[in-house]
Amino acid sequence: MAKSNKPIIWGPFAAGGTVTALLTPVLILLTLFVALGRVPDGLAYDNLYAFAQHALAKIFIFVVLTLSLWSAAHRLRITCYDFGLRQDTLVAALVYLAAAIGTVVVLGSLLAI
Amino acid sequence: MAREVTCIFIAIYTVILVFGCVRLAQGREAYEQFLVALGAPSSIGFHLLALVFAIYHSVTWFNLAPKALPMHFGDKTVPPAAIAAAHYIGWVLISVALLLIAGAF
Repeated sequence: MAKSNKPIIWGPFAAGGTVTALLTPVLILLTLFVALGRVPDGLAYDNLYAFAQHALAKIFIFVVLTLSLWSAAHRLRITCYDFGLRQDTLVAALVYLAAAIGTVVVLGSLLAI
Repeated sequence: MAREVTCIFIAIYTVILVFGCVRLAQGREAYEQFLVALGAPSSIGFHLLALVFAIYHSVTWFNLAPKALPMHFGDKTVPPAAIAAAHYIGWVLISVALLLIAGAF
């Protein structure tokens, strides 16, 4: 029978990393189109606003953005440590606080749409 | 080292996305200003760099996936190459699907 896998504790970090890995490049490509003056139809105000009004879309946007935020915060913390910044508790407090603020901001914005 | 630097760009990009979400909630004018601001030369430069770093991050992440997620069926271990390949295929499908849904073509 299937053996249980060891790295279960990895859960949230792995989920965030995988979501980021799967979605970030294509999201950057989409906003790059915007930056170059070719706004994709789906990112025009009317279409994106209508999309974000669906409950499922809100959940999707919330999950993607918050997983990205927390995964980025966690990786920034590790990067600071690797670059020789050894005040890990302070760094952790700052990056996770930023991720928490981001989470609240995203939630508030989505609920206002 | 390079892998660490990628996360700074992805973190900044995530903040840009959160900001876009806020502007969308604030209404048409705010959101359209956000779209215009994305066209600044510094923003274009940032996007190009961030795209390269994000792709690099994805590739290294998927190559690590077989180690992070070893899978077994009965006594057999799924070959690491198959796990990595599944991630790559999923990556391509999701990217193309999102580009189509967003009307990028």
